[in-house]
Amino acid sequence: MKRYVYINDDELSQDLYCDNRISNRKYTLLNFLPKNLWEQFSRFMNQYFLLIACLQLWPLITPVNPASTWGPLIFIFAVSATKEAWDDYNRYLSDKKANEKEVWVVRQGIKKHIQAQDICVGNVVWLRENEEVPCDLVLIGTSDPQGVCYVETAALDGETDLKTRVIPSACMGIDFELLHKMKGVIECPIPDRDIRRFDANLRLFPPFIDNDLCPLTIKNTILQSCYLRNTEWVCGVAVYTGNETKLGMSRGIPEPKLTAVDAMIDKLTGAIFVFQIVVVIVLGIAGNVWKDTEAVKQWYVLYPKEGPWYELLVIPLRFELLCSIMIPISIKVSLDLVKSLYAKFIDWDNQMIDQETSTRSHATNTAISEDLGQVEYILTDKTGTLTENRMIFRRCCIGGIFYGNESGDALKDVELLNAVSSGSSDVIRFVTVMAICNTVIPVKSKTGAISYKAQSQDEDALVQAAACLHMVFVNKNANTLEINFNASIIQYEVLDTLEFTSDRKRMSVVVKDCQNGKIFLLSKGADEAIIPYACAGQQTRTFTEAVDQYSQLGLRTLCLAWRELKEDEYQDWSLMFKEANSTLVDREWRLAEVCQRLEHDLEILGVTAIEDRLQDGVPETIETLRKAGINFWMLTGDKQNTAIQIALSCNFISPEPKGQLLLINGKTEDEVGRSLDRVLLTMRITTSEPKDVAFVIDGWALEIALKHYRKVFTELAILSRTALCCRVTPSQKAQLVEILKSCDYRTLAIGDGGNDVRMIQQADIGVGISGREGLQAARAADYSIGKFRFLKRLILVHGRYSYNRTAFLSQYSFYKSLLICFIQIFFSFISGVSGTSLFNSVSLMAYNVFYTSIPVLVSVLDKDLSEKTVMQHPQILFYCQAGRLLNPSTFAGWFGRSLFHAIVVFVISIHAYAYEKSEMEEVSMVALSGCIWLQAFVVTIETNSFTVLQHLAIWGNLAAFYIINWILSAVPASGLYTIMFRLCTQPSYWITMFLIVVTGMGPVLAIKYFRYTYRPSKINTLQQAERLGGPILSLGNIEPQPRSIEKDVSPLSITLPKNRNPVYEPLLSDSPNSTRKSFGSSTTFDFFPSQSRLSSSYSRNCKDN
Amino acid sequence: MSSNVPSSSSGAAGSADSSAPRRNSKRPKYSRFTQQELPACKPILTPRWVISAFMLVGIIFIPIGVAALFASREVVEIVDRYETECIPEEFRNDKVNYIQKPGNKPCNRTLTVPKKMKQPIYVYYQLDNFYQNHRRYVKSRSDEQLRNNDSASDTSDCKPEDYANGAPIVPCGLIAWSLFNDTYNFSRNNEQLSLNKKGISWKSDREHKFGKDVYPKNFQNGTLIGGAHLNESIPLSEQEDLIVWMRTAALPTFRKLYGKIEVDLQINDTIQVSLENNYNTYSFNGKKKLVLSTTSWLGGKNDFLGIAYLTVGGICIFLAMAFTVVYLVKPRRLGDPSYLSWNRNPGGH
Repeated sequence: MKRYVYINDDELSQDLYCDNRISNRKYTLLNFLPKNLWEQFSRFMNQYFLLIACLQLWPLITPVNPASTWGPLIFIFAVSATKEAWDDYNRYLSDKKANEKEVWVVRQGIKKHIQAQDICVGNVVWLRENEEVPCDLVLIGTSDPQGVCYVETAALDGETDLKTRVIPSACMGIDFELLHKMKGVIECPIPDRDIRRFDANLRLFPPFIDNDLCPLTIKNTILQSCYLRNTEWVCGVAVYTGNETKLGMSRGIPEPKLTAVDAMIDKLTGAIFVFQIVVVIVLGIAGNVWKDTEAVKQWYVLYPKEGPWYELLVIPLRFELLCSIMIPISIKVSLDLVKSLYAKFIDWDNQMIDQETSTRSHATNTAISEDLGQVEYILTDKTGTLTENRMIFRRCCIGGIFYGNESGDALKDVELLNAVSSGSSDVIRFVTVMAICNTVIPVKSKTGAISYKAQSQDEDALVQAAACLHMVFVNKNANTLEINFNASIIQYEVLDTLEFTSDRKRMSVVVKDCQNGKIFLLSKGADEAIIPYACAGQQTRTFTEAVDQYSQLGLRTLCLAWRELKEDEYQDWSLMFKEANSTLVDREWRLAEVCQRLEHDLEILGVTAIEDRLQDGVPETIETLRKAGINFWMLTGDKQNTAIQIALSCNFISPEPKGQLLLINGKTEDEVGRSLDRVLLTMRITTSEPKDVAFVIDGWALEIALKHYRKVFTELAILSRTALCCRVTPSQKAQLVEILKSCDYRTLAIGDGGNDVRMIQQADIGVGISGREGLQAARAADYSIGKFRFLKRLILVHGRYSYNRTAFLSQYSFYKSLLICFIQIFFSFISGVSGTSLFNSVSLMAYNVFYTSIPVLVSVLDKDLSEKTVMQHPQILFYCQAGRLLNPSTFAGWFGRSLFHAIVVFVISIHAYAYEKSEMEEVSMVALSGCIWLQAFVVTIETNSFTVLQHLAIWGNLAAFYIINWILSAVPASGLYTIMFRLCTQPSYWITMFLIVVTGMGPVLAIKYFRYTYRPSKINTLQQAERLGGPILSLGNIEPQPRSIEKDVSPLSITLPKNRNPVYEPLLSDSPNSTRKSFGSSTTFDFFPSQSRLSSSYSRNCKDN
Repeated sequence: MSSNVPSSSSGAAGSADSSAPRRNSKRPKYSRFTQQELPACKPILTPRWVISAFMLVGIIFIPIGVAALFASREVVEIVDRYETECIPEEFRNDKVNYIQKPGNKPCNRTLTVPKKMKQPIYVYYQLDNFYQNHRRYVKSRSDEQLRNNDSASDTSDCKPEDYANGAPIVPCGLIAWSLFNDTYNFSRNNEQLSLNKKGISWKSDREHKFGKDVYPKNFQNGTLIGGAHLNESIPLSEQEDLIVWMRTAALPTFRKLYGKIEVDLQINDTIQVSLENNYNTYSFNGKKKLVLSTTSWLGGKNDFLGIAYLTVGGICIFLAMAFTVVYLVKPRRLGDPSYLSWNRNPGGH
């Protein structure tokens, strides 16, 4: 499919494509209500509550006033709908602002000022400096005589550097006046979301020069939402408008993520639902039996002899309504509320601010904080995530001579400086390639200082280094480069740029030396993309060795090469290149093929080594999280050796003899298969060893493994706590996440660049580092942090607290609902199983929505252990990972507690208020106050740290209960009139309350005390230690271990692929242990895990203690 | 629950310390709430605290239990179950038929006062197995109609006792319809004991729930006669028997106040009760009892609270002692790091 855009044609294409009205809105005024309601009702819980509410409208079966369900339901819906409406209104406002912005557009050959929303495809739009681009444009003219303009694309990809855009060659030199009248056609693909590609052709109509097809690329476009910088004006043809722009197409709402806790709550809700159905059926049958045998004798009930056909259903349905409160309607609202507070705490956290850039951490996704506490695998990118992504040129090897080995900085190496000044040809060529084989733009500031705008940090480092070596790249004018070498200006004409792609792994430029007219191909790229193409006869061994040596030091290497081209060779190739450049289909592939034809027989000049320093605190963070039982996988696009070195220096893997590295490699299916089997065998045996075993795999082998040996690889993934995946593509990263997810592991992916976006979106939790590679990752992520080390706090503090709090809150919500529901059920046994509600409608509604919700909401401030203790004992995270605080067995505990409390409240109420006191309203209020008292004490006993707010909420709520009921008791029209005053003046009421509290809480306290003292969990032990100031705090201290690459220069025990037998001989052991997975699930239901089991699990986590 | 550990807010202070050097001018506003560093009291369950809590509760509970039991025992109560005895022998096989016959069904009972009873002596009738809390029953009333003369036709909830002969029933509904209609007359030594039937209902009900200008209309005029008839010339607010009856009981066994005897009764006084046995509890085997009872600060005779308090208090003291013994026999250091398995030597396997 193609789109033909006719430039400046007012009649055609007018109605063919959408106008430039941007709409991010989800709703319109008319469809808001139906669409929003439909969305809300697509959730099961809401459907359930709606059904209950509808059933309540049938007066025959409703035990209470329908308002008791409709009220909360409408409230909940109103809250969500208002939030949606507010968000949508804000989107509408920002759309409106963008749509009504005035722009200059050529209409009927005259420049006119119109609103941005009226731009049509084919219009010529004029923009001035610092204006925002209203739609996707193909450039046709700029103020710059060379046809260059600069744009800032931060809104699109988050990259803050300026990008150059050029006008197509066909439009070069067209007069300013003529631009109004320009006619032509642009043949472009239908709108897509790829902001890096635009494969189109332009053909200008006479009288405009040649009737030739002119290829267009993304370099010839400026996209919506970019800003024009450093350029006086540009004009361009609108090709995509409105929501069909690249930006518009890439907008979308990501799938909502569901946390493990949510899934567990859903599961428990399902279980309660089943329980409720059973209760309803049992009571329904009992009720009907009672009615047929007993109620017919109770003349005062006056049952009709013949009932309607649905009579059998009436009693079960009544019980369904009575029991509907078993599933707390408030739980979703409470959870949403506390979750957004968790997110706010992350946003607010002053200890997670990156001081350098003063960026705060931010939780974009407010719903998944609990998952942070349950992370089992962290998949991390290397560059920019573990490292700073600040590239510094450190060493180089030119023509077999190593520079910078002694001092560690080649720029200070006297020999290199001497070689440059003495004009050694090898060195000069090497530095020239460093300086000009790139896409960097030098920007001269007013003071004359030159700064470089580079898209790649490596190129920036190389150009900077070249400048230090007196080869200063001073100017770039369209196709001419100017280099200032030792005070003389050298000019080169850039003929072609063979751009970098992650498949080719190299980039080249073809330049013409303006002095002598010679044409050169300058290339730089990864060693495996350059060295195989060396010209026959050149010794490449020193270079290979240099690459090995540098990468063992954890440096990033690039090989530089060049070749002189013959005039006719270049001409031939140039034609092919042009043709490939103007293809619309598979252009990238075609280009790569054409480039291949030129990039051969290279003369290799040397190897550069660039250092990318580790971020602060990376080794400590990894070590701490490791101890917390989290497995780390490193997925990087870098070389194997570099990756291994970085991994070693940041505690990712341990050197021999503590660690062992298993290599999976191979070029064919068989090789990879054999390698996998061998590693797996070793892995199985060594799981019982207190050893860090990690496997290393490269992209190629991974591809094969994923394709043919998925099952084996999955098993390996489960067994392995550490893995290094090198040379992997973004989609492979995502695939790896998927594999771990399919094994039911909670995965966290952390990265900083555009190549991590897919992995971040795929993982259960995506964390983006708002770093130098732009904000792309941070935007796609659920959490964005400034530095890798904040991950520790994010997981151990925020994740853990969130999990604990939600675990308590959700189970408590069920507890209190079950409590009141059990009382209703018990009451039905003494009310003729007829479905009478003991409590009145107001009390029931207020109980769920108000009395019991407020105290528990402040549990978001609860901290079981102080942050310091958690940081010192990261192992405690195990309780969250294994879901020890919210699982069917803890839930059974809460279920039992609510049953017990219901029995206490019910039995005491009906016995203390028997005979002459047994008045319906009074008994109901006694039972209700009993519940309120109990729940206040339950919250108290489950709270670990009391702040003012907690006291306020718990006791204030109790006071509020009485105040509200006194007020209700003062209203003559209410059913409660005088009841509460009457009760509060009776000594027997207070004595009953006291009895309920002590009987209800006594056993709970006794059991809790017994467990706490004689069967303490690790959390309890730490709590005791923390609060009694025991010696424990000094034990698990983590010494900060500052390490840097520099110190680890000594050769490492890891033997590299040259070794033909890369799999290490396993230390044989006769007990192949069970896999981690199996004991993970077996402990889930275990309330008090046996010490041995726990210790065996911890031993794996704490090998390096 | 506090354990007087001076650790309150020590965590907060610690983390504030550690973050102090990182604070600089760029650092945004610091608030203890946003940093989750509110000073907090973090009690833990130390043996001393738990044992003393249980002990304290036990010590408080036992006196209260004794007092409650004492109060309950002070109350003098005469209970006379009469539903079978008041049926003549020849009708005992078909009680329902007897009770449904029209005409007076008088019955005489004699009660002996076991102990001196101080006035006021409350006279209750007690019904067993009578489900005033049945859903069909408890809903069948119209508060609006009872309160307001204008709302006579507001009978929507009263089915099936809403309309009779085409006119609304006042008071409508099953509750009013089934009003208890046994009557009692008391005499001591052939001397009439006056029974005060004023003020037996709640004042609030008389004044706000039952209208002074609402008169019974069309009541017990239907095909089925339920319980008592009402005097149509007395407003509902003064029909205290009805008001008492309309306060539905939560349990199937309940007592309702019938009147008050405002003289003291001496020990071994014999009291003759002449009652009209009208109310049908026979079809559902319900019991009827006449109860004369004095009252105490806790209410009527009810041993439950006293016994419960003594039991719970006893258990608490027992637990306190048990915990003490366990604590002494097997002391356990709280927060011992050796319980943390990750501090154990991993070389053991």
